[in-house]
Amino acid sequence: MVKSKEELFKELENFIEENGYEGKKDALIQVLHKAQELFGYLPADVLEYISDKLDVPLSKVYGVVTFYNFFSTKPKGKHQIKVCLGTACYVKGADRIFERFLEELKVNPDEPTSDGMFSVHGVRCLGACSMAPVVMVDEDDFYGRVTPDMVPQIISKYKREG
Amino acid sequence: QIKGTVEVEKVAEETRIVLKNVGEIDPTRIEEYIARDGYFALAKALQMEPGEVIEEIKRSGLRGRGGAGFPTGLKWEFTYKASADQKYVLCNADEGEPGTFKDRLIMEGDPHSLIEGMIIAGYAVGATKGYIYIRGEYHSSIEILKKAIEQAYEYGFLGENILGSGFNFDLKIRLGAGAYVAGEETALIESIEGKPARPRLKPPYPPTFGLFGKPTVVNNVETFVNVPRIIMNGAEWFKKFGTDSSPGTKVFSLVGNVVRKGIVEVPMGVTVRDLIFKFGGGVEGGRKLKVVQTGGSAGTFIGPDKLDVPLDFDSYAKYGVSLGSGVILVADETHCAVDLALAVMRFFEHESCGKCTPCREGTRMIVNILERISRGEGKKEDLDTLREIARNAGETSFCGLGQSIPVPLLSIVDNFEEEFRAHIGANKCPVG
Ligand SMILES: NC(=O)C1=CN([C@@H]2O[C@H](COP(=O)(O)OP(=O)(O)OC[C@H]3O[C@@H](n4cnc5c(N)ncnc54)[C@H](O)[C@@H]3O)[C@@H](O)[C@H]2O)C=CC1
Ligand SMILES: Cc1cc2nc3c(=O)[nH]c(=O)nc-3n(C[C@H](O)[C@H](O)[C@H](O)COP(=O)(O)O)c2cc1C
Ligand code: SF4
Ligand code: FES
Repeated sequence: MVKSKEELFKELENFIEENGYEGKKDALIQVLHKAQELFGYLPADVLEYISDKLDVPLSKVYGVVTFYNFFSTKPKGKHQIKVCLGTACYVKGADRIFERFLEELKVNPDEPTSDGMFSVHGVRCLGACSMAPVVMVDEDDFYGRVTPDMVPQIISKYKREG
Repeated sequence: QIKGTVEVEKVAEETRIVLKNVGEIDPTRIEEYIARDGYFALAKALQMEPGEVIEEIKRSGLRGRGGAGFPTGLKWEFTYKASADQKYVLCNADEGEPGTFKDRLIMEGDPHSLIEGMIIAGYAVGATKGYIYIRGEYHSSIEILKKAIEQAYEYGFLGENILGSGFNFDLKIRLGAGAYVAGEETALIESIEGKPARPRLKPPYPPTFGLFGKPTVVNNVETFVNVPRIIMNGAEWFKKFGTDSSPGTKVFSLVGNVVRKGIVEVPMGVTVRDLIFKFGGGVEGGRKLKVVQTGGSAGTFIGPDKLDVPLDFDSYAKYGVSLGSGVILVADETHCAVDLALAVMRFFEHESCGKCTPCREGTRMIVNILERISRGEGKKEDLDTLREIARNAGETSFCGLGQSIPVPLLSIVDNFEEEFRAHIGANKCPVG
């Protein structure tokens, strides 16, 4: 079930209140994490809301959002494919995996596919280097020792799931 | 698809002090930790004077496992002596160094050892609040630590009047948001304060001026985990392991073209050769070793001639081989030196926070030149230019990220000068 925007805002409000973050400037990053988890990205109205709630000027909020790679003000794909481009993966051919994902899905890095299902991101070391090259889909699905031939299989798995 | 992100197969000859519980206990059950003498060191420390705890850590010779090797006891003493209404203990679990995943293994395999080390640190320096700053990408570490912290509160190891000692300590988790530079301690502090992770000017160092301007101890995960071991067994016991200047063990990660990839814990002073051939089972596919990068992105590239250097915190100064965060990245003969240099320098370019020009512009220029060389369009003077930009960035950059640019770049260019030259003027890479 897809939640409505009001419901998501309500959840964010609860999170802020439960943790006593209201008016707390140092909670900004924690709240942005939660907001991105809920909304999938950080739309302008959400940032305005957070700015208001935590009493942090909007310009400061944008400063933080643009500084950290983790935060995005643009929608990402429903499934985010993160290809590790760290050194240990690089020597195991990670760049070829990355290219293959882009080719198969016909997208540019960090942009969602036209159906919104996928986006492909080159990321830094995921801390699973012994299984290099490593691909992580969404939050927790790790694929290790990936070869270019496995790329279509990985994609179709998520296509089936929808 | 693989569930669980770290493999913990133990190699027979390892010396497991830091990792003694990893793979042996269920990390989600505090009872199993307690059954293996868990929180005993805390009880012992609470019966000592804070000054005595610091003295013990000083005598053990423990040095910071985050990479720089600063003496831990000395750092604690600075914070202990600073007077303030509030002090903090921070754990640097931002583990951003590509190829490094030791802290993740510790947090997911033995979270309570970290928590216990932090509480002892808090008691020793007089801090009542602590934060663990974890990489946002480490979902399972975050979950396991959250649970462990809850259990530690339930059992009275955290919170008020810990074990009836009158000492209070609160511990919270803070999530990083994907910036390598946030692992630099002052940038990490800015981030916990809710700001962009841009490094501060040092000095003043965090032990006297840290989080919210208060005296703050910042240590790496592995550093903290050594603490309960030392308190339990004593400084003399600890000094039996490792080298004179760097006692204890080190947790290494073996990655790249090595047969047995993964984590090993061995005494300081181990050689790169033993790490690759004895513990790592040699180079994949029986191929020839070309180069090893030790110490992480900011570490040194070494050729086969330096494999017998004993690794500790002084091996960089003595032999030009860095220990850093303990990564051993093996590259076999199929790799091109220019490509390797480019991969590392692209990382620096991407992770430069942009605060200062020598690092921001320097990395951009270096990447441009390397790309040109890689395309076979290099110019004769390019290698000298690379060296000059790197040295300049090293000398004038604001923080450790920019300052370390020359370490990997000069070491790879010096080791493979001929290969770099062969690219220049040729439009084909000699390696392929
Ligand atoms: N583990 C990882 O993922 C990574 C580790 N690193 C490592 O980080 C290291 C560089 O770290 P930095 O913090 O820039 O080194 P640093 O030399 O500035 O400081 C090292 C530690 O000693 C303390 N310290 C130094 N002088 C002090 C003084 N006079 N008074 C009080 N405290 C003092 C600092 O506060 C800090 O905690 C490199 O060696 C690199 O290997 C770098 C990137 C990632
Ligand atoms: C760019 C940069 C990134 C760093 N990243 C980390 C890190 O991820 N983990 C870490 O423990 N130390 C990191 N450090 C080192 C810290 O600044 C600091 O020296 C360390 O946390 C101190 O802990 P220790 O004394 O226990 O080693 C980094 C330093 C620099 C310059
Ligand atoms: S050296 Fe690089 S990372 Fe460090 S402050 Fe300067 S620009 Fe930022
Ligand atoms: S370099 Fe890819 S997971 Fe570490």
